[in-house]
Amino acid sequence: MMETILSNLPALQVLLPLLTAPLCFMIRKQGVTWLFAFLATLGSFAIAIDLYREVMTNGPLSYHMGGWEPPWGIEYRLDELNTFIVLLVSAMATMTLVFARKSIEKEIAPQSFALFYTAFLLCFAGLLGITITGDAFNLFVFLEISSLSTYILISFGKDNRALTASFQYLIMGTIGATMLLIGIGFLYMMTGTLNMADLASRLPEVMDTNTVRAAFAFIIVGLSIKLALFPLHIWLPNAYGYAPSTVTIFLAATSTKVAIYALIRFIFTIFGVEFSFGGMPLTAIFLFLSILAVFSGSLSAIYQTNIKHVLAYSSIAQIGYMMIGIALLSTLGLGAGILHMFNHAIMKGCMFMALGCVYFRYGSARIEDFKGLGKTMPLTMAAFVVGGLGLIGMPLTAGFISKWYLVLAALEHGYAGIVIVITILVGSLLAVAYIWRIVEAAYFQEPENEPQGEAPMALLIPTWILALATIYFGLDTRLSVEGATRAAESLIGGGL
Amino acid sequence: MILPPELMMPATVLVPFIGVILILLTRKFPNIREAMTLVTAVTTFLMVLQFLPGVLEGETYSYTFAEPLPGISLAFSLEPLGMLFALIASFLWIVTSVYAIGYMRGAGEQNQTRFYIFFAIAVSFTLGVAFSANLLTLFVFYEMLTLSTYPLVAHKGNTAARDGGRVYLGILLTTSIAFFLPAIIWTYAVAGTLDFQPGGIFDDNVNAVVAGALLLLFFYGAGKAALMPFHRWLPSAMVAPTPVSALLHAVAVVKAGVFTLLKISVYIFGADLLLDLNARDILLYIAGTTILLASLVAMTKDNLKARLAYSTVSQLAYVTLGALLATQAGMEGSAMQIATHAFGKITLFFCAGAIYVATKKTEISDMKGLGRAMPITMLAFFIGAMSIIGLPPTGGTWSKWYLMLGTLESGYLFLMGVLMISSLLNIAYLLPIPIQGFFGGEKDKPTVFSEAPLPCLIAITVTSIGCLVLFICPELLYELAALVYLGAL
Amino acid sequence: MSIVLGLFNYWVVIALMMIGFYLVIATSNLIKKIIGLNIFQTSVFILYISIGKVKGGAAPILEEGTELYANPLPHVLILTAIVVGVATTALGLALIVRIKEAYGSINENEIREKGGTT
Repeated sequence: MMETILSNLPALQVLLPLLTAPLCFMIRKQGVTWLFAFLATLGSFAIAIDLYREVMTNGPLSYHMGGWEPPWGIEYRLDELNTFIVLLVSAMATMTLVFARKSIEKEIAPQSFALFYTAFLLCFAGLLGITITGDAFNLFVFLEISSLSTYILISFGKDNRALTASFQYLIMGTIGATMLLIGIGFLYMMTGTLNMADLASRLPEVMDTNTVRAAFAFIIVGLSIKLALFPLHIWLPNAYGYAPSTVTIFLAATSTKVAIYALIRFIFTIFGVEFSFGGMPLTAIFLFLSILAVFSGSLSAIYQTNIKHVLAYSSIAQIGYMMIGIALLSTLGLGAGILHMFNHAIMKGCMFMALGCVYFRYGSARIEDFKGLGKTMPLTMAAFVVGGLGLIGMPLTAGFISKWYLVLAALEHGYAGIVIVITILVGSLLAVAYIWRIVEAAYFQEPENEPQGEAPMALLIPTWILALATIYFGLDTRLSVEGATRAAESLIGGGL
Repeated sequence: MILPPELMMPATVLVPFIGVILILLTRKFPNIREAMTLVTAVTTFLMVLQFLPGVLEGETYSYTFAEPLPGISLAFSLEPLGMLFALIASFLWIVTSVYAIGYMRGAGEQNQTRFYIFFAIAVSFTLGVAFSANLLTLFVFYEMLTLSTYPLVAHKGNTAARDGGRVYLGILLTTSIAFFLPAIIWTYAVAGTLDFQPGGIFDDNVNAVVAGALLLLFFYGAGKAALMPFHRWLPSAMVAPTPVSALLHAVAVVKAGVFTLLKISVYIFGADLLLDLNARDILLYIAGTTILLASLVAMTKDNLKARLAYSTVSQLAYVTLGALLATQAGMEGSAMQIATHAFGKITLFFCAGAIYVATKKTEISDMKGLGRAMPITMLAFFIGAMSIIGLPPTGGTWSKWYLMLGTLESGYLFLMGVLMISSLLNIAYLLPIPIQGFFGGEKDKPTVFSEAPLPCLIAITVTSIGCLVLFICPELLYELAALVYLGAL
Repeated sequence: MSIVLGLFNYWVVIALMMIGFYLVIATSNLIKKIIGLNIFQTSVFILYISIGKVKGGAAPILEEGTELYANPLPHVLILTAIVVGVATTALGLALIVRIKEAYGSINENEIREKGGTT
């Protein structure tokens, strides 16, 4: 029995949340559904840790769904990159669920609790599936599973604008996914296979055809919509801004990261570096758009009055940093990009959780609500500041580490590198500007609202775990840097 | 030492934080709270002092906290320059604490607990800067010092204070992130290490253009050194209560800036490399210009604190200049200037605060004849001014002497001229204040003796005597300064 | 001529795709947007189905005497995609119902006037 379980861990990783989801929907008892969802996520997290260890010591492993050999059956392929991402996603999902129990009381109608957890688990399963699968079409299916449940999650928001935001995302997300589908179709036309490894080995023969180039373009654009690369980001601020706090935390920490993972997988594993960057002007395009993303995202963040929007625009800028890392096309750059995915998930998760605490007390998160919070909610604000410092890239926080590697990677690129370095630094300064506005309101202005007191422990504990993690991964970088380095090496080779 | 020596350094930096807890616990009882501040300050000073014999004998202490990036750690290591800076900062904290008791009560400031707390935190970070073993650690404490002093600068909480605080924070953070941080990363990319090492860390065959660019980035990155045109934050910071201006903007913060520059010149570049760089010439002229221009601007200011602020900008450029000269006398003079200027300028700020507390006067033109009402204050002001100008019998004489010698040694006669003109300008904008104080005004008015509160007077006396003592026995100071130069070889 | 007739299926795909895409972008009626999205997706379904055709191949059912079969895999794949499409449509329509309840309209412009974010 135990052996069967152990040998099927990769499948369980995804199936556990996927099968618990309908269970939650059927039980419909508030406390029980939370417990089920939490246990499923926790179990998934535990499996992720085990698989990560396994892959780190013994190298990549392949799991055949239903015993069918690849390339005919669906293969789950675990290597250094996706176990790292799975670890991140499942850890963040666990933290989010701890936060969710109390947080959704104020933001979602009680009769929808079960539905919320169902959608959450489906979304989680979808994200895990995208990350773990070795089959291109399977990736599309999981992408749609997670997307559809994301639309539902967003529409739970109290504000009516959550509905329109969700609808807008649905339209854009579906177009993106359909483009991905077209691209995969083209690849299948040319190679007759859907297995990623098989695709990678068969594509070189037909590389020099317009069909493959078109497939590449469709896939890149489709995924760029999902990961909110400038200028395809317009769905993101409203989706993050009006979704319930818990959902925002989860999306910010995992969803865009997984989309970036999928992009990396297609560019590096399936199409290969030579085609992606040699045949296509991808470096130039990505760098140009990422730099614009950093500037436009940071500048927009400065002028927002709703703090959720501030952080959402900041996410767009941060996605820019990750994409810069990928576009630099070196192990160092790619490693920095992956590292920033990891660190950013933690920092943004922490900040959105702090925001969720404020939301819990005041029912909104405008800049006015933050006035005087330094006195009335000291713990919440302290966590927020820690996350903010990370976002700016202060040393001793995780954000510094990833920016450090990013700058080192950029410096390898001569004059273009200097432009990137300047972008990163100006981006940091702009981050100071938008974070400082909030800090100033919280610590140096008198409250306008009736003070409500500190957030409950149930919210503070997960928030502070992430705040401490932000600091921890700024000091002890063994896990994060090694994980990212190994992942980058497995894609390109060479050292960080 | 109670703890093993390597643990003493982090312990020393932690002492002010323990003080913070004590201050918080006793916040309801102002007398005990201020006693706690004093106890903490004295303890900190003693903790720093115990390193002195070892450092003089050439011992080095080091302690590593963590190593977040391969080859780059968060670590402390104590050498003569850091020792000098830590000694001055921790000693003057005691004096300032005494002074603050009189001032804060006398001026009726709000939020005094917050004031004492952030003051202690700022001192702790200053010690962190002094103890840093590499550029990254220094950068961390440098930034935290900036952040922790913002609440002190914006203490009054009104619009003027907040605007001043914004300029303060804006310039300091911008320069450090835009120049300092890239310089650090670039240095790492070039040299492969960030540790401060005697004689510098660059290879002999390092690209001169790159090294020159790095030098420029570092000297503007340490915005706290207030090299023109990034000096605006210092006058803006004068909205702070006077004890803050005194300790932070005559000693801790600004000296953290020039300390950083001197330390980088000595332990990152080294004298030999510095002498080869063209960028050094550019910076020397910028420093010279800053000295003269800031003195000229100081003459136009009628507000006493503003005049002192510009005087500080000018005097800081002396340290920068000395560091860049990279000769023995130049670097020694630079290190000594850190100490003598600290004593002189803190005295002047104390006096400005004492005048404000006693009479609510802030403009120089209103201070004629004030010497008859506040003789001690005015006398101390006179001594402090002498030290800033560099006249005997005050400590400033020595630092100015060595700096002049340095310009001679390196053959920059033009800069020697700058120093001489600057001394004249110093006389012109500082000495009229005590002279007018004693001899100006309406003499027939009955004189009412109205000095500042006693704690203020004690502090003023201590620092002005300090100026005199530095003249009579400068041996210790010189010894440390000489060790600093040895490190640059 | 062969470019037009020989690649007939692709022209249909492109035409449908553009019609759908145009609808999504140009119309302000939310339901029409969903319809446009459906047409857009349908074009991809047709793409998949048509590439499964093998020249001269019979329907993929095992039979005596048949050597060449059409490729059944794209059809199977697209069944999944159709299911996804139906789910998307259902969800989109459900959202429209909620939007109508909240804003009293399904016209983008009117919703925007009432504070919506489309």
